[in-house]
Amino acid sequence: MAEEIKAHITGVVFQVTAKAGDRVAAGDPIIVLESMKMEIPVEAPRAGAVKEIKVAEGQTVQEGETVALLD
Amino acid sequence: MFRACRQLGIRTVAVYSEADADAPHVKDADHAVLLGPPPARDSYLSIERVLDAARRAGADAIHPGYGFLSENWRFAQACGDAGLVFVGPSPDAIRRMGEKTEARRLMAAAGVPVLPGSTGAVQDLAEAARVAADVGFPVMLKAAGGGGGLGMARVKAAAELPAAFAMAARRAQAAFGSDALYVERYVERPRHVEVQVFGDDTGAVVHLHERDCSIQRRHQKLVEESPAPRLPAATKAALVDAAVRGARAIGYVNAGTLEFLVDARGDFFFLEMNTRLQVEHPVTEEVTGLDLVVAQLQVAAGTPLGWRQESIEQRGAALECRVYAEDPARNFLPSPGTITRLALPEGTGVRVEAGVGEGTVVPVHYDPLLLKLVTAGATRAEAIDRMAGALEACVVEGVRTTIPFLRKVMAHAEFRSGAVHTELVEQGAFNG
Repeated sequence: MAEEIKAHITGVVFQVTAKAGDRVAAGDPIIVLESMKMEIPVEAPRAGAVKEIKVAEGQTVQEGETVALLD
Repeated sequence: MFRACRQLGIRTVAVYSEADADAPHVKDADHAVLLGPPPARDSYLSIERVLDAARRAGADAIHPGYGFLSENWRFAQACGDAGLVFVGPSPDAIRRMGEKTEARRLMAAAGVPVLPGSTGAVQDLAEAARVAADVGFPVMLKAAGGGGGLGMARVKAAAELPAAFAMAARRAQAAFGSDALYVERYVERPRHVEVQVFGDDTGAVVHLHERDCSIQRRHQKLVEESPAPRLPAATKAALVDAAVRGARAIGYVNAGTLEFLVDARGDFFFLEMNTRLQVEHPVTEEVTGLDLVVAQLQVAAGTPLGWRQESIEQRGAALECRVYAEDPARNFLPSPGTITRLALPEGTGVRVEAGVGEGTVVPVHYDPLLLKLVTAGATRAEAIDRMAGALEACVVEGVRTTIPFLRKVMAHAEFRSGAVHTELVEQGAFNG
């Protein structure tokens, strides 16, 4: 069962730093959100493989919205 | 801004983005022009769109405020080229103070103390290491291409320098398009004290005393006050003298601020100059009784200031608290949203500058500053008590704000005693 990675703040996707299939370690940035002139990474909660990125650069995401799936 | 214009009989034009169509500043102006879509680069940061709006509205002058294009020399130049008065300093002064190593060099030449460090950007890691060994660790690496705390790294020892140098260069490149770095001595637990200066076309430059802005997070100010508490009179006198000397050396016109670090011994060092009106200018207005925005407009119109230095007094004390849409419980993470309820304090010695109202959408696109609370009193203790009361009465619902944090600051023994420094917030002094 893939784990949902959720945005912890509301913001605009500034950069997608991982792609489906990437192996990531806990704490690696998956995407970077821009909110109120700050760039804030959304990080992998644990090690794993990125199954799917659900957002694109420039898109607005709400706090709690799923941005990626981690296997 | 609009209050000052009305006082002088000047009609006003607001500009706004699609995200700010319902913002209070749009209703407060005599006329308003839409700039474009919400992202700042397509609206507030677009020189072409702002100039076009000014032309369409038939404006004579542009006040750049204190964000966005206010320290952009190209914008100031473009205003002049378009026949519009830019309410602020010359493009040349903005450009020279914006280049941080050039500003350092100019101020040192004018006899203003600067932090020991490299004279300009360092060529490479080897030169950074030589300079660092010279001034002694810890040192600070800073981006030559811009300020605001971006691309800055503190280095405790020589062994940490290579990795820190590489990271700071990468960040500077990303933020400013240049990886040039310079090296300065790192001052432990410094105070941030700045001096408000004002110049006019006749070459007159005066100071309007100092402000202490030591309560910061991520190198951004949260609380400002004047006078600076527990600042020795000799230090204060030397500071304002240095600031006026620095401003004169560059022929500075209009409102500006020289920022300094003050160490535990009372030695001070030039940090940078803000070539614009500052967010915290109301603090200076409260203690001097002068209206800085009115003065800015008059000087921009070519009227001499007419202020004699000895008649600019600092009476009582004033504080400003910045209410940001940020969550202090989550390390000041941004908290955009819609303001569902807003109750603002009032009373003797309380002034509120609010950029939002009930129903205002606080978008993700801009700086999180919602409103400023300003209090004044005969003494610092009275101004603090009034601020504590104002913070109790201030209610903002719908977004998380810095209000709970600011309440803790006002109640904190170290803050009340005036023993402030810029590392208090990061050390967790106000977490209890």
